[in-house]
Amino acid sequence: MIYRSMYGVPTWKVRSPFHELDLMQRQMDRLMDTLSGQRTGHVSAGVFPPINLTEDQDNYYVRAELPGIEADKLDIQATGNNLSLSGERRIAEEGNGVRYHRREREGGSFSRVITLPGDIDAEKVDAEMANGILTIKIAKAEKAKPKQITVRH
Amino acid sequence: MAATDSKELKVREKQELAQPAEQTRPGAVFTPSVDIFETDNDITLLADMPGVRPENLTIDLRDNTLTLEGDIAPMEAQKEEMIYMEYSTGRYYRQFSLSEVIDQAKIDAQMKDGVLRLSLPKVAKATPRRITVKAA
Repeated sequence: MIYRSMYGVPTWKVRSPFHELDLMQRQMDRLMDTLSGQRTGHVSAGVFPPINLTEDQDNYYVRAELPGIEADKLDIQATGNNLSLSGERRIAEEGNGVRYHRREREGGSFSRVITLPGDIDAEKVDAEMANGILTIKIAKAEKAKPKQITVRH
Repeated sequence: MAATDSKELKVREKQELAQPAEQTRPGAVFTPSVDIFETDNDITLLADMPGVRPENLTIDLRDNTLTLEGDIAPMEAQKEEMIYMEYSTGRYYRQFSLSEVIDQAKIDAQMKDGVLRLSLPKVAKATPRRITVKAA
């Protein structure tokens, strides 16, 4: 199928049938958003935290915006081709004498499972927190990596 | 069932700035979520600006208008292909008008894990004084 990537360039991708359904659902959601006049440009899975998923030849990259969460408050586990991400965001109490003008930042716990589109090597998962953005680098399983085939002549 | 003392976090759409002032650069601009509170001596502002490095943050205070501007660098490497996207990234911009007089020299800003903590001490004359009424 043709999947339009964020840059608007159509790319060909072969994925599992479930992945295709998932994508179709996301595209339907996107269509509904467009029809209802919302200009989001992306679709939410409805679970915190929203993630962006990218890939290159060897790895998948999962990124999430988690400001104010320390690395040791996160729990990341890889099983099969699922990645589970849970943690808690604590908003510190500021003492008794304070009077609030605005209180928009929220704290709470979260737990999410992300199914990756291909097989992963659960031994090679690397997570890093920088400036409030979590980046999880997940190595693709050897058999899931694209192979270069040389044509003999 | 185990009792949990904290609620579950819900997805909140990042707030895109509805009408950004005359834009000089392309790209989305978002409004950071903030907490603002005050004590008798100072005003503290906390702002969530994930992806902003301390050196890319501009804080400007003039004529009682406080402007926060945070620039971000793309996280993705060139060779990465997007599979799906649930949030978009862009600069942060927000303005506040302050009714109190702030002691410019004592402003303190700290950026940690994508959260800005800005401390704005009030000048002495703005701190409230208790007025005792003397019996005549």
